[in-house]
Amino acid sequence: MKRQELIVSALDHGTVIDHIPCDRLFEVIRLLHLQDMTSKVTIGYNLKSAKMGTKSIIKIADRFFTDAELNQLSVVAPDVTLAVIRDYEVVEKRQVSMPHEICGIIRCNNPKCITNNEPMPTLFHIVDEDPSLVRCHYCNHEQDIKQVKIIPSPSLC
Amino acid sequence: MENRSLVTIADHTREKILYLLAMAEQFELHPNRRILDGRVVATLFFEPSTRTRLSFETAANRLGARVIGFADPKVTSGTKGETLKDTIMMVSNYADVIVMRHYLEGAARYASEIAPVPVVNAGDGANQHPSQTMLDLYTIYQTQHRLDNLDIYLVGDLKYGRTVHSLLMAMRHFNPTFHFIAPDELSMPESYKLYCRKMGIQYVEHKDFDAEVIAGADILYMTRVQRERFTDLMEYERVKDRYLLKLDMLRKAKPNMRILHPLPRVNEIEYAIDDDTHAYYFQQARNGLFARQAILCDVLGITLDQVINDNTIIA
Repeated sequence: MKRQELIVSALDHGTVIDHIPCDRLFEVIRLLHLQDMTSKVTIGYNLKSAKMGTKSIIKIADRFFTDAELNQLSVVAPDVTLAVIRDYEVVEKRQVSMPHEICGIIRCNNPKCITNNEPMPTLFHIVDEDPSLVRCHYCNHEQDIKQVKIIPSPSLC
Repeated sequence: MENRSLVTIADHTREKILYLLAMAEQFELHPNRRILDGRVVATLFFEPSTRTRLSFETAANRLGARVIGFADPKVTSGTKGETLKDTIMMVSNYADVIVMRHYLEGAARYASEIAPVPVVNAGDGANQHPSQTMLDLYTIYQTQHRLDNLDIYLVGDLKYGRTVHSLLMAMRHFNPTFHFIAPDELSMPESYKLYCRKMGIQYVEHKDFDAEVIAGADILYMTRVQRERFTDLMEYERVKDRYLLKLDMLRKAKPNMRILHPLPRVNEIEYAIDDDTHAYYFQQARNGLFARQAILCDVLGITLDQVINDNTIIA
């Protein structure tokens, strides 16, 4: 093995999240609450990528996520690839897909929205006609998903 | 338990709207009853709105319910930092239904999700005001004897006026043609025009506001052009009188045409029009009572049949 390569032991059971844009890595970590995990988590940051220039990767041992949990990732990093590993084999590989609802992750842009003035989770619906827009379940404001802010310590609903 | 709250008129089907109008019609025939005897209605006004509050409280009182609540947010614990949730949970212990006005958008939806009793939205910021829409629909039905295939002219502030937005959404079931007449700064937002196209609602935009344009109207729905909506006050001074309705502009109006206004009026309808047969805004305000009586009964689970066969009517 060449010395300049990253040495990471292979995962026997768990989840690999690859092709994370480097500027979104820490949001992905917060979103999945990796900081609270007790199992082994390996995080690669600023790695070379032929496809992306630089990328980040997260390997999480002994943890499998539900579709609903993983699909919430699409809000911060829509192009990540996921691999589910069992007994050192990739048993499933897939992309995340945009959920119909986004709960507790993003903040409403409307300062007069109840969600910005009351301790409560937010909820957004993806606009059918234009999936780049989300509509606040409470105040009904439609907003561009790229312009909404991520809640600093989001909780998955 | 099924949540019977009324948060937005957009939740209601054509059948449900017609059902509520039929119920309001019964209350117009006999407004004084004891059908809500023993019930307690809470009116929580986190933002003052005297006319809406009096209308709801009159509706409750004339049906025999008792009313608790506050009209001035300064007296509530909200000013001490209590959350809306805590206030709603506390009041739910006392009342059978909560009528709420709030300055924050989405407050009514949230309250309806957490409250064990039904919530009636009496206005949440710039968002929704469904009881106003119900009384508008009732008034249109009362004056035109139908809701289908009408030419409805919306005049004034079409950008911020939530009453016109709610009316537009509620009328989607009835194949209307809308006509938008507004200054550029207050024109109908693109999102609502998109909504019209999606729902197959026809609309026409007019530059002029004169007798020729008004001649096609079944309903002329006037709204207030508010000075504070303008960033450029010169522009306000320039346009404010252009959307003033004057008596001579009605000379070509259809006989069935009626002028509505959510009130308060400032200067958008000439006072001379008040005595004209086309003027209907004061009767419209009176209809708020019947529409709200129907809303209160419906959220409390009282059916149209029960209202028709009601033996608590006070002659």
